[in-house]
Amino acid sequence: MLQTQDIKTGKTGLLGWFSTAIGQILISLFVPVMTFIVLWQGYLFLSKSQASQIVLVVVAIIWGVGGVALLYVVANWLVNKLPKRWAKVLQPFVFVGPAVAIMGWFLAIPVLRTLISSFRNALGNDWAGLNNYIFAFTDTRMLETFRNNLLWLVLGTSFSVGLGLIIAVLADRTKLEVLYKSIIFTPMAISFVGAGVIWKFIYTYKGEGFGIQEIGLLNAIVLAFGSQSQPWLAMPPWNNLFLIIIMVWLQTGYAMVVLSSAIKGVPAELLEAARIDGATEVKAFFNVTVPYIKGTLITVLTTVVIFSLKTFDVVRVMTGGNNGTNVIANEFYLQSFTYNHTGRASAIAIVLLIAVLPIIINNLREFNKGRKGF
Amino acid sequence: MAKSFKSQKISSQIITNLILIIICLIWLVPIFGVLITSFRQSQDIFRSGWWTVFPHRADVEVGTIKLDDTVDTNGPITVEGVTASFEEWRQGIKLDDGRLLTWFGNRRTRTLTVTEKQWVGFSTNLTIKNYQDVIGGKTITFTDAAGNTITRQGNNLGGAFLNSLAVAIPGTIIPILIAAFAAFGFAWLDFPGRNILFTIIVALLVVPLQIALVPILQDYVKLGLNGTFLGIWLAHTGFGLPLATYLLFNYISSLSRELLEAAFIDGASNFTIFTQMILPLSVPALASFAIFQFLWLWNDYLVALIFLGEKNRVVTYALASIVGEKGQDWHLMTSAAFVSMVLPLLVFLLLQRYFVRGMLAGSVKG
Repeated sequence: MLQTQDIKTGKTGLLGWFSTAIGQILISLFVPVMTFIVLWQGYLFLSKSQASQIVLVVVAIIWGVGGVALLYVVANWLVNKLPKRWAKVLQPFVFVGPAVAIMGWFLAIPVLRTLISSFRNALGNDWAGLNNYIFAFTDTRMLETFRNNLLWLVLGTSFSVGLGLIIAVLADRTKLEVLYKSIIFTPMAISFVGAGVIWKFIYTYKGEGFGIQEIGLLNAIVLAFGSQSQPWLAMPPWNNLFLIIIMVWLQTGYAMVVLSSAIKGVPAELLEAARIDGATEVKAFFNVTVPYIKGTLITVLTTVVIFSLKTFDVVRVMTGGNNGTNVIANEFYLQSFTYNHTGRASAIAIVLLIAVLPIIINNLREFNKGRKGF
Repeated sequence: MAKSFKSQKISSQIITNLILIIICLIWLVPIFGVLITSFRQSQDIFRSGWWTVFPHRADVEVGTIKLDDTVDTNGPITVEGVTASFEEWRQGIKLDDGRLLTWFGNRRTRTLTVTEKQWVGFSTNLTIKNYQDVIGGKTITFTDAAGNTITRQGNNLGGAFLNSLAVAIPGTIIPILIAAFAAFGFAWLDFPGRNILFTIIVALLVVPLQIALVPILQDYVKLGLNGTFLGIWLAHTGFGLPLATYLLFNYISSLSRELLEAAFIDGASNFTIFTQMILPLSVPALASFAIFQFLWLWNDYLVALIFLGEKNRVVTYALASIVGEKGQDWHLMTSAAFVSMVLPLLVFLLLQRYFVRGMLAGSVKG
C-alpha cells in the first residue's frame, strides 16, 4: 500500500504539483469572483426589478442575510487555502475585520470627517475658521435649543427616572406587580412618531366659538373643570413641558424595569435591620435601598440623559421645532437637510458629541477597571 | 395591637394599589383613545370626543317647533309659555320639564330645536373603513366635519409595512451575525491591535449618530446607495454594531473555558467552533439583542428619513408624512398609528421576557 502511494506521487512529480497549485489558485480566484457575481446580480435585481413588492422584500431579506453569511464562509475558506503560517495570522481578522471595518466607516472615521467639515463653510469647499462654532454657541436659535435641551435633560430625566423608581418600589409590594409593570412598560414598544400621534390627539385644540366641541382629552378635561381650552402646543415655554411628558410616558417603563430588578437584589435582612432600628419605610428606602442600587441608578440616569440629549422624532413630528420648541438634534437636521449648511450641521453634531464626552470617558474608565480577561 | 398592625398593613396595601391603578390608567388612556378613534367615522371624530362612544347623558334632539308667520321676531318671543328675546332663545332656554329650546339659525328660520337630556352611546357607529383607507394605496373619499366630501390619495401603509419588514429583518440579523463573529474574535483569538480596537468600540458605544449622518450621506450619494435597502442595512449595522459587539463579547467571553479548550485540542477549526458551539450556546444573548434591535429599527425615524426617504417609505416615515400633510384627519392618523404599532407591540408582549433580559444585560455596564 505504502509503496504504491509513493510511486503515485513520484509519477506526478513537479508538473503535478505545479498543476495542482495552479488549480488551487484558479479555484481560489473563481470562488470569490462567483460569490461577487451572484451577490451583484442580486443587487441589480433588487434595484431594477419591477416584481411585486412582496417578492422584492422576500428576495431582499434572503439576499441580505444570506449574502453576509456567504461572505464569511468564503473568506474563511480563502484564508484556509493559504499556507498555515499566514492562515493563523489572518484568521482572527476574518472574524473581527468586517465589524471593525463597518464601525470604522460608519462611526469612527465620520467623527474626524465631521470635525474637519465643522471648520469649513456651508458647501464644504473652503475653510470657515471658527464661524460655525460661533454660530453654534451664540446664535439665538442655538441658544433656544440649548435651553430646551436642558429642560428635556433635567425634567425628562428626573420625571422618568423618579417616576420609574416610585412605581418600581410601590409595585414591589403588591400582588399585581407583573400587571402594573407590563402596563407602564408597554409604551417602550411604540415609536416616537406613533407616540407623537397619540399625544397630539390628547393636546388637540379646536378653538373657541359657538357649538364647538373639543375632541382633545386635555382640553375636554380643562373645560369640564370650568376653565378655557388652550392650544397647548403653541404656548411657549410650556409647550416644551407637554413634549417632555411624551418622553416620560415612553421612558418611565425602561427606568422602572431596570430599577425594579435592582431593588429586588437588596437583601431583606438589611431592610429588616433598619426597620428594627426604628427607621420608617421612607427612611429605610433612602438609607438602605438607594445606596444599594446606586450603580444601577447612575446607569439608568446616563441612558436617559443620552436619550434626552438626542431627542428628535417627537419634536419633528409634533411641532417641527416651531413655537420655541426647537432642540439640538432638530436644528442639526434643519441645517444639514433643509438649509444645506454642512459646516453648521457638523459643528452642531460636534456639540452633541462634546455633550456626551463625559459619559464616553466614564465608560472607558469603567471598562479599563473591569477588564481582567483581556 | 396585632390587629391594628394588620389593618394598617391592609390600608397601606389599598393605597399602594390605588396609586398604581391611577398611574396605569393615565398610561393606558392615551392609547385607548386613539384605538377607539381609529374605528370611528371621520365626521363623528370631528363632532365629538372619543369618550362619547360610552353610554352617557347628552342633549338629544327630539323635535322642532316652527313658529307662525304672525310672530314678530324682533320683539320678545313667547314659546311654550316662556317669553324671551331672540338672543336669549339663540343661547337656548331650559324649560321646567327639562327640555331645552334653541333657536336654529337666523331670525327668518322661525324654527327652534327641542333637545332633551337622554342616555346615549349604546349603539355606536364603528367602522373599519379608516384602516382600509390607510393600508391601501387607492384614492379614498370621506366626509369632513362640515359635511364636504373629500377625495385623497391613500397612504399605502401596507406597502410601507412591507418596506419596514425589509429594513428591520436583515437590519436585525446582519449586525448580530457580524457582531457575533467579532465578539468571538475579541474574546477567544489573539491578534495584534486587539486591545486598542476593543477600546475604540467601547468609546463608540454612546457616540450620537448625528455625527455620522452628513459624511455617510455624501458617501451614499457617490456610491448610489441612497434610498436602497442595502444602504440602510449598512447604516443600521454600523450604528448598532458597537453595542451588539460589546454585549455579545460580555456573553461569549463568559462561556466555559474548558469546553472550548477541549474543542481546540480536538483540532476543530475556529470557524467550526464558532458555528457549531459558540452560536448555539449564545442563542439567549442573540435573541435578547435581536428583539432590542428589531424594535429599534422598526421604530426608527431619523435614519429612515435620511437614507431611505420617499423612495422606500417605512411605516414611521409614512405616519409622519400623514401627520405633516393631513394634520386634521384624525381618522387616518389614528388608524395609521395603530398599523405602525401592531407588530412591535405583538413582538414586545410575546417576547417581553427576553427583551427585559437583554435590557438588563445592556444596562449593567453600558
